[in-house]
Amino acid sequence: MPGFSFTHLEFLAWAALWTVGLSVIAFVGGGLLGFVVALARVSASRSLRIAAIVYIQLVQGTPLLILLFLIYFGVAIAGFDAVPAIIAAGAGLTVYSSGFLAEIWRGCIQSVPKTQWEAAECLALTRWQRMTRVVLPQALRLATAPTVGFLVQIVKNTSLASVVGFIELSQAGKLINNSIFEPFTIFIVVAVFYFALCFPLSTWSRSLERKLNVSRR
Amino acid sequence: MTYEFDFSVLLPFWREFATGVWLTLQLSALATVLGFVLGTLCAIGRADGSPAVKWAVATYVEVIRNTPLLVQIFLVYFGIATLGVHVSANMAAVIALVVNVGAYTCEIVRAGLESVHKAQLEAADCLGLSRVQTYWHVVLRPAVERVYPALTSQYVLLMLASSITSQISAEELTAVANRIQSDTFRSFETYIVVGVLYLLLSFVVRAAFWGFGMVVFVRRRKLGTAL
Repeated sequence: MPGFSFTHLEFLAWAALWTVGLSVIAFVGGGLLGFVVALARVSASRSLRIAAIVYIQLVQGTPLLILLFLIYFGVAIAGFDAVPAIIAAGAGLTVYSSGFLAEIWRGCIQSVPKTQWEAAECLALTRWQRMTRVVLPQALRLATAPTVGFLVQIVKNTSLASVVGFIELSQAGKLINNSIFEPFTIFIVVAVFYFALCFPLSTWSRSLERKLNVSRR
Repeated sequence: MTYEFDFSVLLPFWREFATGVWLTLQLSALATVLGFVLGTLCAIGRADGSPAVKWAVATYVEVIRNTPLLVQIFLVYFGIATLGVHVSANMAAVIALVVNVGAYTCEIVRAGLESVHKAQLEAADCLGLSRVQTYWHVVLRPAVERVYPALTSQYVLLMLASSITSQISAEELTAVANRIQSDTFRSFETYIVVGVLYLLLSFVVRAAFWGFGMVVFVRRRKLGTAL
Protein backbone atom coordinates (compact mmCIF):
# COMPACT_ATOMS: atom_id res chain seq x y z
CA MET A 1 0.00 0.00 0.00
CA PRO A 2 1.46 3.37 -0.94
CA GLY A 3 2.16 5.66 1.99
CA PHE A 4 2.03 9.39 2.39
CA SER A 5 3.87 10.84 -0.59
CA PHE A 6 4.84 14.11 -2.21
CA THR A 7 1.68 14.04 -4.35
CA HIS A 8 -0.41 14.10 -1.20
CA LEU A 9 1.59 17.00 0.15
CA GLU A 10 1.00 18.88 -3.08
CA PHE A 11 -2.74 18.20 -2.84
CA LEU A 12 -2.76 19.52 0.72
CA ALA A 13 -0.88 22.64 -0.36
CA TRP A 14 -3.57 23.32 -2.99
CA ALA A 15 -6.25 22.75 -0.39
CA ALA A 16 -4.48 25.22 1.89
CA LEU A 17 -4.93 27.84 -0.81
CA TRP A 18 -8.68 27.15 -0.73
CA THR A 19 -8.62 27.54 3.04
CA VAL A 20 -6.99 30.94 2.57
CA GLY A 21 -9.50 31.89 -0.14
CA LEU A 22 -12.46 30.89 2.00
CA SER A 23 -11.01 32.83 4.95
CA VAL A 24 -10.71 35.93 2.78
CA ILE A 25 -14.33 35.58 1.63
CA ALA A 26 -15.48 35.11 5.22
CA PHE A 27 -13.45 38.06 6.46
CA VAL A 28 -14.48 40.49 3.72
CA GLY A 29 -18.14 39.45 3.77
CA GLY A 30 -18.27 39.16 7.55
CA GLY A 31 -16.44 42.47 7.90
CA LEU A 32 -18.90 44.37 5.71
CA LEU A 33 -21.97 42.82 7.33
CA GLY A 34 -20.45 43.03 10.79
CA PHE A 35 -19.66 46.71 10.34
CA VAL A 36 -23.28 47.46 9.49
CA VAL A 37 -24.47 45.45 12.49
CA ALA A 38 -21.95 47.19 14.77
CA LEU A 39 -23.23 50.59 13.63
CA ALA A 40 -26.82 49.45 14.17
CA ARG A 41 -25.82 48.23 17.63
CA VAL A 42 -24.68 51.73 18.68
CA SER A 43 -27.30 53.67 16.70
CA ALA A 44 -29.70 56.14 18.27
CA SER A 45 -32.72 54.17 17.12
CA ARG A 46 -33.94 51.71 19.73
CA SER A 47 -35.42 49.24 17.27
CA LEU A 48 -32.19 49.09 15.26
CA ARG A 49 -30.23 48.45 18.44
CA ILE A 50 -32.57 45.65 19.49
CA ALA A 51 -32.45 44.07 16.02
CA ALA A 52 -28.65 44.11 16.14
CA ILE A 53 -28.60 42.59 19.64
CA VAL A 54 -30.96 39.80 18.58
CA TYR A 55 -28.86 39.09 15.49
CA ILE A 56 -25.63 38.92 17.50
CA GLN A 57 -27.21 36.71 20.17
CA LEU A 58 -28.61 34.35 17.52
CA VAL A 59 -25.28 33.99 15.72
CA GLN A 60 -23.21 33.66 18.87
CA GLY A 61 -25.66 31.27 20.51
CA THR A 62 -25.72 28.60 17.79
CA PRO A 63 -22.76 26.47 16.73
CA LEU A 64 -21.18 27.29 13.38
CA LEU A 65 -21.78 23.69 12.33
CA ILE A 66 -25.56 24.13 12.70
CA LEU A 67 -25.38 27.50 10.92
CA LEU A 68 -23.64 25.85 7.96
CA PHE A 69 -26.20 23.04 7.80
CA LEU A 70 -29.06 25.53 7.98
CA ILE A 71 -27.70 27.60 5.10
CA TYR A 72 -26.79 24.55 3.06
CA PHE A 73 -30.26 23.01 3.32
CA GLY A 74 -32.04 26.37 3.44
CA VAL A 75 -30.68 27.43 0.05
CA ALA A 76 -31.71 24.08 -1.41
CA ILE A 77 -35.24 24.62 -0.09
CA ALA A 78 -35.35 28.14 -1.54
CA GLY A 79 -35.31 26.47 -4.94
CA PHE A 80 -31.68 26.57 -5.99
CA ASP A 81 -30.56 23.09 -6.92
CA ALA A 82 -26.99 22.01 -6.41
CA VAL A 83 -25.59 24.95 -4.47
CA PRO A 84 -21.86 25.25 -5.10
CA ALA A 85 -20.13 24.33 -1.86
CA ILE A 86 -18.14 27.53 -1.86
CA ILE A 87 -21.34 29.62 -1.77
CA ALA A 88 -22.82 27.68 1.12
CA ALA A 89 -19.55 27.65 3.05
CA GLY A 90 -18.81 31.30 2.26
CA ALA A 91 -22.30 32.42 3.33
CA GLY A 92 -22.19 30.40 6.55
CA LEU A 93 -18.79 31.73 7.55
CA THR A 94 -19.80 35.27 6.57
CA VAL A 95 -22.79 35.19 8.90
CA TYR A 96 -20.70 33.62 11.65
CA SER A 97 -17.87 36.18 11.45
CA SER A 98 -20.27 39.12 11.12
CA GLY A 99 -21.85 38.21 14.46
CA PHE A 100 -18.54 38.15 16.27
CA LEU A 101 -16.88 41.07 14.46
CA ALA A 102 -19.94 43.25 15.15
CA GLU A 103 -19.58 42.63 18.87
CA ILE A 104 -15.81 43.24 18.83
CA TRP A 105 -16.21 46.48 16.91
CA ARG A 106 -19.10 47.67 19.04
CA GLY A 107 -16.76 47.40 22.02
CA CYS A 108 -14.13 49.44 20.19
CA ILE A 109 -16.60 52.14 19.14
CA GLN A 110 -18.01 52.42 22.63
CA SER A 111 -14.60 52.61 24.25
CA VAL A 112 -13.83 55.86 22.44
CA PRO A 113 -14.13 58.28 25.40
CA LYS A 114 -17.52 59.93 25.75
CA THR A 115 -15.90 63.38 25.83
CA GLN A 116 -14.84 62.87 22.22
CA TRP A 117 -18.47 62.32 21.18
CA GLU A 118 -19.52 65.39 23.14
CA ALA A 119 -16.73 67.54 21.72
CA ALA A 120 -17.76 66.55 18.20
CA GLU A 121 -21.32 67.53 19.00
CA CYS A 122 -20.20 70.87 20.43
CA LEU A 123 -18.34 71.56 17.19
CA ALA A 124 -21.67 71.17 15.39
CA LEU A 125 -20.55 68.17 13.39
CA THR A 126 -23.38 66.14 11.91
CA ARG A 127 -23.94 62.59 13.14
CA TRP A 128 -22.25 61.26 10.01
CA GLN A 129 -19.24 63.56 10.39
CA ARG A 130 -18.95 62.71 14.06
CA MET A 131 -18.83 59.01 13.21
CA THR A 132 -16.44 59.17 10.25
CA ARG A 133 -14.13 61.98 11.39
CA VAL A 134 -13.97 61.56 15.15
CA VAL A 135 -15.13 58.22 16.48
CA LEU A 136 -14.25 55.64 13.82
CA PRO A 137 -10.61 56.70 13.29
CA GLN A 138 -10.00 56.32 17.01
CA ALA A 139 -11.98 53.08 17.21
CA LEU A 140 -9.94 51.70 14.32
CA ARG A 141 -6.76 51.93 16.35
CA LEU A 142 -8.34 49.93 19.13
CA ALA A 143 -9.88 47.45 16.73
CA THR A 144 -6.84 46.25 14.77
CA ALA A 145 -5.41 43.88 17.38
CA PRO A 146 -8.64 41.99 18.24
CA THR A 147 -9.64 41.90 14.56
CA VAL A 148 -6.38 40.25 13.54
CA GLY A 149 -6.86 37.91 16.49
CA PHE A 150 -10.30 37.00 15.19
CA LEU A 151 -8.79 36.25 11.76
CA VAL A 152 -7.14 33.25 13.43
CA GLN A 153 -10.59 32.05 14.51
CA ILE A 154 -11.87 32.44 10.96
CA VAL A 155 -9.00 30.44 9.45
CA LYS A 156 -9.52 27.68 12.03
CA ASN A 157 -13.27 27.62 11.53
CA THR A 158 -13.02 27.20 7.77
CA SER A 159 -12.18 23.59 8.71
CA LEU A 160 -15.91 23.10 9.35
CA ALA A 161 -16.70 23.95 5.72
CA SER A 162 -15.78 20.34 5.03
CA VAL A 163 -19.25 19.31 6.25
CA VAL A 164 -20.92 20.93 3.24
CA GLY A 165 -18.44 19.27 0.91
CA PHE A 166 -16.05 22.15 0.37
CA ILE A 167 -12.55 20.82 -0.28
CA GLU A 168 -10.21 22.77 1.98
CA LEU A 169 -7.39 21.51 4.20
CA SER A 170 -9.44 19.30 6.54
CA GLN A 171 -11.57 17.82 3.80
CA ALA A 172 -8.42 17.17 1.73
CA GLY A 173 -6.97 15.42 4.76
CA LYS A 174 -10.08 13.26 5.05
CA LEU A 175 -9.96 12.42 1.32
CA ILE A 176 -6.32 11.36 1.48
CA ASN A 177 -7.09 9.37 4.60
CA ASN A 178 -9.85 7.51 2.74
CA SER A 179 -7.34 6.34 0.16
CA ILE A 180 -4.26 5.47 2.25
CA PHE A 181 -5.61 5.31 5.82
CA GLU A 182 -2.73 6.81 7.75
CA PRO A 183 -4.84 9.22 9.79
CA PHE A 184 -2.23 10.20 12.34
CA THR A 185 0.46 11.21 9.81
CA ILE A 186 -2.02 13.00 7.58
CA PHE A 187 -3.69 15.05 10.27
CA ILE A 188 -0.34 15.99 11.81
CA VAL A 189 0.62 17.42 8.40
CA VAL A 190 -2.77 19.16 8.15
CA ALA A 191 -2.27 20.61 11.62
CA VAL A 192 1.18 21.88 10.62
CA PHE A 193 -0.39 23.65 7.63
CA TYR A 194 -2.98 25.35 9.86
CA PHE A 195 -0.31 26.29 12.36
CA ALA A 196 1.78 27.87 9.60
CA LEU A 197 -1.24 29.95 8.57
CA CYS A 198 -2.38 30.95 12.06
CA PHE A 199 0.78 31.43 14.06
CA PRO A 200 2.02 34.51 12.14
CA LEU A 201 -1.43 36.07 12.57
CA SER A 202 -1.44 35.39 16.33
CA THR A 203 2.03 36.86 16.68
CA TRP A 204 1.04 39.89 14.66
CA SER A 205 -2.07 40.43 16.76
CA ARG A 206 -0.03 40.23 19.95
CA SER A 207 2.56 42.73 18.75
CA LEU A 208 -0.21 45.14 17.71
CA GLU A 209 -1.67 44.82 21.17
CA ARG A 210 1.69 45.55 22.78
CA LYS A 211 2.20 48.65 20.63
CA LEU A 212 -1.23 49.95 21.52
CA ASN A 213 -0.55 49.51 25.21
CA VAL A 214 2.75 51.38 24.96
CA SER A 215 1.14 54.36 23.26
CA ARG A 216 -1.53 54.49 25.94
CA ARG A 217 0.87 54.40 28.85
CA MET B 1 -40.79 28.94 -3.15
CA THR B 2 -43.31 26.20 -2.54
CA TYR B 3 -41.64 24.41 0.34
CA GLU B 4 -44.03 23.39 3.08
CA PHE B 5 -42.59 23.30 6.54
CA ASP B 6 -43.47 20.23 8.51
CA PHE B 7 -42.22 20.01 12.05
CA SER B 8 -44.72 17.34 13.07
CA VAL B 9 -42.60 14.49 11.69
CA LEU B 10 -39.96 15.43 14.24
CA LEU B 11 -42.29 15.05 17.24
CA PRO B 12 -41.83 11.27 17.63
CA PHE B 13 -38.10 11.89 17.94
CA TRP B 14 -38.33 14.08 21.04
CA ARG B 15 -36.73 11.42 23.18
CA GLU B 16 -33.69 11.30 20.89
CA PHE B 17 -33.36 15.09 20.95
CA ALA B 18 -33.54 15.02 24.75
CA THR B 19 -30.82 12.37 24.93
CA GLY B 20 -28.67 14.50 22.62
CA VAL B 21 -29.13 17.58 24.79
CA TRP B 22 -28.28 15.58 27.89
CA LEU B 23 -25.10 14.17 26.34
CA THR B 24 -24.03 17.60 25.07
CA LEU B 25 -24.46 18.91 28.62
CA GLN B 26 -22.50 16.00 30.08
CA LEU B 27 -19.67 16.34 27.55
CA SER B 28 -19.38 20.09 28.13
CA ALA B 29 -19.64 19.86 31.91
CA LEU B 30 -16.91 17.22 32.09
CA ALA B 31 -14.70 19.11 29.64
CA THR B 32 -15.26 22.37 31.53
CA VAL B 33 -14.28 20.97 34.93
CA LEU B 34 -11.26 19.00 33.70
CA GLY B 35 -10.23 21.78 31.31
CA PHE B 36 -10.37 24.31 34.13
CA VAL B 37 -8.11 22.16 36.32
CA LEU B 38 -5.66 21.53 33.47
CA GLY B 39 -5.66 25.16 32.39
CA THR B 40 -5.15 26.50 35.91
CA LEU B 41 -2.25 24.10 36.55
CA CYS B 42 -0.71 25.21 33.23
CA ALA B 43 -1.17 28.87 34.14
CA ILE B 44 0.59 28.30 37.48
CA GLY B 45 3.37 26.43 35.68
CA ARG B 46 3.70 29.23 33.19
CA ALA B 47 3.95 31.83 35.95
CA ASP B 48 6.12 30.07 38.54
CA GLY B 49 7.55 26.93 36.94
CA SER B 50 11.09 26.13 35.85
CA PRO B 51 12.18 27.37 32.40
CA ALA B 52 11.50 23.93 30.92
CA VAL B 53 7.95 23.90 32.30
CA LYS B 54 7.35 27.43 31.07
CA TRP B 55 8.53 26.51 27.60
CA ALA B 56 6.42 23.33 27.52
CA VAL B 57 3.26 25.19 28.57
CA ALA B 58 3.87 28.01 26.09
CA THR B 59 4.31 25.49 23.27
CA TYR B 60 1.17 23.59 24.26
CA VAL B 61 -0.89 26.78 24.35
CA GLU B 62 0.40 28.06 21.00
CA VAL B 63 -0.07 24.73 19.22
CA ILE B 64 -3.64 24.33 20.46
CA ARG B 65 -4.66 27.93 19.84
CA ASN B 66 -3.36 27.91 16.26
CA THR B 67 -4.92 24.68 15.00
CA PRO B 68 -8.62 23.90 14.47
CA LEU B 69 -10.56 21.88 17.03
CA LEU B 70 -11.72 19.56 14.24
CA VAL B 71 -8.14 18.52 13.46
CA GLN B 72 -7.37 18.15 17.17
CA ILE B 73 -10.36 15.84 17.54
CA PHE B 74 -9.21 13.69 14.62
CA LEU B 75 -5.68 13.56 16.03
CA VAL B 76 -6.86 12.48 19.47
CA TYR B 77 -9.32 9.96 18.07
CA PHE B 78 -6.93 8.35 15.60
CA GLY B 79 -3.85 8.99 17.72
CA ILE B 80 -5.19 6.97 20.64
CA ALA B 81 -6.19 4.20 18.25
CA THR B 82 -2.65 4.18 16.82
CA LEU B 83 -1.33 3.56 20.34
CA GLY B 84 -3.44 0.41 20.34
CA VAL B 85 -5.82 1.55 23.09
CA HIS B 86 -9.50 1.39 22.30
CA VAL B 87 -11.60 4.29 23.55
CA SER B 88 -15.19 5.17 22.68
CA ALA B 89 -15.93 8.17 20.50
CA ASN B 90 -17.44 9.96 23.51
CA MET B 91 -14.27 9.41 25.53
CA ALA B 92 -12.08 10.68 22.69
CA ALA B 93 -14.38 13.69 22.36
CA VAL B 94 -13.99 14.57 26.05
CA ILE B 95 -10.19 14.20 25.88
CA ALA B 96 -9.97 16.43 22.79
CA LEU B 97 -12.25 19.08 24.32
CA VAL B 98 -10.28 19.08 27.58
CA VAL B 99 -6.96 19.45 25.77
CA ASN B 100 -8.44 22.25 23.67
CA VAL B 101 -10.15 24.25 26.39
CA GLY B 102 -7.22 23.76 28.77
CA ALA B 103 -5.05 25.92 26.54
CA TYR B 104 -7.61 28.74 26.39
CA THR B 105 -8.21 28.53 30.15
CA CYS B 106 -4.47 28.76 30.71
CA GLU B 107 -4.26 32.05 28.82
CA ILE B 108 -7.27 33.53 30.62
CA VAL B 109 -6.17 32.47 34.11
CA ARG B 110 -2.64 33.69 33.39
CA ALA B 111 -4.04 37.14 32.71
CA GLY B 112 -5.80 36.92 36.08
CA LEU B 113 -2.63 35.83 37.89
CA GLU B 114 -0.69 38.71 36.35
CA SER B 115 -3.31 41.17 37.56
CA VAL B 116 -2.59 40.36 41.23
CA HIS B 117 -0.60 43.26 42.61
CA LYS B 118 2.84 42.65 44.08
CA ALA B 119 1.93 44.56 47.22
CA GLN B 120 -0.72 41.92 47.91
CA LEU B 121 1.97 39.25 48.04
CA GLU B 122 4.09 41.37 50.34
CA ALA B 123 1.09 41.95 52.59
CA ALA B 124 0.44 38.20 52.70
CA ASP B 125 4.09 37.68 53.59
CA CYS B 126 3.85 40.23 56.42
CA LEU B 127 0.77 38.49 57.77
CA GLY B 128 2.78 35.29 57.97
CA LEU B 129 0.74 33.28 55.50
CA SER B 130 2.41 30.14 54.23
CA ARG B 131 3.18 29.76 50.52
CA VAL B 132 0.18 27.54 49.96
CA GLN B 133 -2.11 29.87 51.88
CA THR B 134 -0.82 32.86 49.94
CA TYR B 135 -1.35 31.08 46.66
CA TRP B 136 -4.85 29.98 47.50
CA HIS B 137 -6.27 33.05 49.27
CA VAL B 138 -4.30 35.93 47.79
CA VAL B 139 -3.38 34.86 44.27
CA LEU B 140 -5.61 32.15 42.85
CA ARG B 141 -9.06 33.01 44.12
CA PRO B 142 -9.00 36.73 43.33
CA ALA B 143 -7.38 35.95 39.97
CA VAL B 144 -10.13 33.53 39.00
CA GLU B 145 -12.81 35.87 40.30
CA ARG B 146 -11.46 38.65 38.13
CA VAL B 147 -11.40 36.60 34.91
CA TYR B 148 -14.63 34.73 35.66
CA PRO B 149 -16.68 36.51 32.94
CA ALA B 150 -14.05 35.65 30.32
CA LEU B 151 -13.99 32.05 31.50
CA THR B 152 -17.79 31.90 31.27
CA SER B 153 -17.75 33.04 27.63
CA GLN B 154 -15.04 30.53 26.84
CA TYR B 155 -17.04 27.66 28.36
CA VAL B 156 -20.21 28.67 26.52
CA LEU B 157 -18.17 28.59 23.30
CA LEU B 158 -16.89 25.17 24.37
CA MET B 159 -20.46 23.91 24.74
CA LEU B 160 -21.24 25.13 21.21
CA ALA B 161 -17.96 23.73 19.88
CA SER B 162 -18.80 20.31 21.31
CA SER B 163 -21.07 20.02 18.25
CA ILE B 164 -17.90 19.39 16.23
CA THR B 165 -17.37 16.09 18.04
CA SER B 166 -20.29 14.77 15.96
CA GLN B 167 -17.63 14.38 13.24
CA ILE B 168 -16.20 11.36 15.07
CA SER B 169 -19.79 10.32 15.84
CA ALA B 170 -19.86 11.10 19.53
CA GLU B 171 -23.60 10.79 20.16
CA GLU B 172 -24.32 14.39 21.19
CA LEU B 173 -27.01 16.75 19.92
CA THR B 174 -25.59 17.45 16.45
CA ALA B 175 -24.92 13.79 15.76
CA VAL B 176 -28.50 13.03 16.81
CA ALA B 177 -29.69 15.72 14.38
CA ASN B 178 -27.60 14.25 11.57
CA ARG B 179 -29.22 10.87 12.13
CA ILE B 180 -32.76 12.18 12.43
CA GLN B 181 -32.51 14.29 9.27
CA SER B 182 -31.31 11.30 7.28
CA ASP B 183 -34.24 9.27 8.65
CA THR B 184 -36.93 11.89 7.99
CA PHE B 185 -35.50 13.87 5.03
CA ARG B 186 -36.60 16.98 6.91
CA SER B 187 -33.10 18.46 7.12
CA PHE B 188 -34.02 22.13 7.40
CA GLU B 189 -36.61 21.61 10.14
CA THR B 190 -34.29 19.32 12.07
CA TYR B 191 -31.47 21.85 12.12
CA ILE B 192 -33.85 24.67 13.06
CA VAL B 193 -35.00 22.65 16.06
CA VAL B 194 -31.42 21.84 17.01
CA GLY B 195 -30.35 25.46 16.51
CA VAL B 196 -33.08 26.58 18.92
CA LEU B 197 -32.04 23.89 21.39
CA TYR B 198 -28.44 25.15 21.29
CA LEU B 199 -29.65 28.71 21.82
CA LEU B 200 -31.61 27.59 24.89
CA LEU B 201 -28.61 25.59 26.09
CA SER B 202 -26.34 28.61 25.82
CA PHE B 203 -28.78 30.68 27.90
CA VAL B 204 -29.05 27.90 30.48
CA VAL B 205 -25.27 27.47 30.67
CA ARG B 206 -24.78 31.23 31.04
CA ALA B 207 -27.38 31.37 33.82
CA ALA B 208 -25.78 28.38 35.55
CA PHE B 209 -22.38 30.08 35.49
CA TRP B 210 -23.89 33.27 36.86
CA GLY B 211 -25.54 31.36 39.70
CA PHE B 212 -22.36 29.40 40.41
CA GLY B 213 -20.38 32.65 40.53
CA MET B 214 -22.85 34.07 43.04
CA VAL B 215 -22.41 31.04 45.30
CA VAL B 216 -18.62 30.82 45.05
CA PHE B 217 -17.56 34.45 45.09
CA VAL B 218 -18.97 35.52 48.43
CA ARG B 219 -17.41 38.98 48.35
CA ARG B 220 -19.03 39.80 45.03
CA ARG B 221 -22.42 38.58 46.24
CA LYS B 222 -22.30 40.61 49.43
CA LEU B 223 -20.87 43.83 48.00
CA GLY B 224 -22.25 43.52 44.49
CA THR B 225 -19.12 45.02 42.95
CA ALA B 226 -16.52 43.61 40.65
CA LEU B 227 -13.10 42.99 42.12
